[in-house]
Amino acid sequence: MADGGGEEPEELSDKQKAEIARWFLTSAPAGEIQYVAKDVRSILGDDKIYELAAAEAFPVYNKTHFIALQMPDRSGDVLITTYGELDKNNYLDPRTAQVATVDHAKQVCTSLRPANDEELPSAYVEEFRRRIGPMCLLLPLQHLKKEEDTREKLRGSLDAELSKYVAETYPKGTCAVYSTSGKDSEGPGVDFEFAVVISAAKHSPQNFCNGSWRSIWTVDFKDDTQIVEIKGKIQVVAHYFEEGNVQLDAKNECKDSTIFQDLRRKLPVTRTLFPWQNTIQFSLTKDINKELGIGK
Amino acid sequence: MEAAMDLMRRISPKESETALSALMSLIPHHSADLLSQVDLPLQVCMDNVLMKEFILCEYNRDADSYRSPWSNVYFPPLEDGTLPSNQLRKLEIEANEVFTVYCEQYYEGGVSSVYIWDDDSQGFVACFLIKKDGSRTADGKRGYLQEGSWDAIHVIEVGLEEEGRAHYCLTSTVMLSLTTENKSSGTFNLSGSIRRQMTLDLPIAEGHLCNMGKMIEEMEGKLRNSLDQVYFGKTREMVCTLRPPPEGVQLRLP
Repeated sequence: MADGGGEEPEELSDKQKAEIARWFLTSAPAGEIQYVAKDVRSILGDDKIYELAAAEAFPVYNKTHFIALQMPDRSGDVLITTYGELDKNNYLDPRTAQVATVDHAKQVCTSLRPANDEELPSAYVEEFRRRIGPMCLLLPLQHLKKEEDTREKLRGSLDAELSKYVAETYPKGTCAVYSTSGKDSEGPGVDFEFAVVISAAKHSPQNFCNGSWRSIWTVDFKDDTQIVEIKGKIQVVAHYFEEGNVQLDAKNECKDSTIFQDLRRKLPVTRTLFPWQNTIQFSLTKDINKELGIGK
Repeated sequence: MEAAMDLMRRISPKESETALSALMSLIPHHSADLLSQVDLPLQVCMDNVLMKEFILCEYNRDADSYRSPWSNVYFPPLEDGTLPSNQLRKLEIEANEVFTVYCEQYYEGGVSSVYIWDDDSQGFVACFLIKKDGSRTADGKRGYLQEGSWDAIHVIEVGLEEEGRAHYCLTSTVMLSLTTENKSSGTFNLSGSIRRQMTLDLPIAEGHLCNMGKMIEEMEGKLRNSLDQVYFGKTREMVCTLRPPPEGVQLRLP
């Protein structure tokens, strides 16, 4: 306290102030960075220092919270993640194959352009990306226990189904499947990896509560062993602050590997994915019919 | 100052110490206000005379030393440290004895301290502190928690006696933090702090200590209930809104 004999504490340098401001901004609970920003700006009383801190903190916050921004053409939400980051302000939306330019501090998407070929995974990998997506969501959730079931699901799995799963499971969820390595491989013989991100947020400042759910699943496809290794990280946070401050922070990690014995035999023989296209469409229709028939 | 208090309401209670020192370095002229309005986890010190732990707070501090309620001695040693009047010290000794028993019965462990001092308006102020470390490695007898702490601060202002009655104003704060960690559910952390006030006019026939004790017991019960039902309930509700559990599955927090 001020008991040290009235000594004035040393004035902080602008750099130190900006560092503290950055800490507050990046420590903001889910959905509350704009409120924290307002407080920090007023405490600093120096817009230059604030801007300096905000320019660094907002991109970090937006990427760690996987915030979802509506794309201007209303084709959906783009997730702000390191996986989709092309440069500081440009993020790939793999589903629509578009690149979104974002304003980090305002947390809005300002413009869109179609992604070019280098930014997108090769058709071969893309095929896997669309198929494997829902797998990694379903496996750890133990919806797929029998191998029969796995094969069935795998065939019927498309990016659309991932969206369907998220739409069914999360009232306000956004998801994306990214190609994180080996994205340019043109055929079998290369390992590759996907990242699946699911983000759901609920902001209710008038009720003094905010929360977010973030899942990342990495799907590592080892070509030589034909093993798919799935690792998941889930973080759930909630903040309730009416006459108090209560925060929940739960993290969980899980791991699973699946050997696609059957898939291995099929791929090298055909070497192309053409037969799959037809099969997938066929079986998807069958699946839907089947589900409609069984359900209700 | 308003912005600073709003920040403290938003930043996780886990980080409150870092946040407070950051704020104090940004707005040093508000340091005193911040220190009096922001509650930090309680610190404990050893009374080397009686080899008994006591809790540190603003109310038993003089310069850089803290007075132990057990031996009435300052640690580190301090000459001319302020001491309560003989009459209040008598009440303080009694309060500490009784509160130790209360603490054992409700908390099954933990450290408690009571400090009493004169108020400017001829009444007095009493501060009851409890710190319980419920970690597996400390006082957590059941071993559920990787880390867990309950810090309670109760400050009671007691007004002048009038016609056999006195006015009591209690301000209570509870800071709680708990972490569980296991393979199936991962790490789970809940932390929170809440503050409530309660005022009562009570007859002093049974003595101040009895009145204050009953108020604290009632308040702690309410706070515990609020934390359990309202606050944790709200965070659970939030999780269910984000990702509703499949039908028929009851979501339970570890």
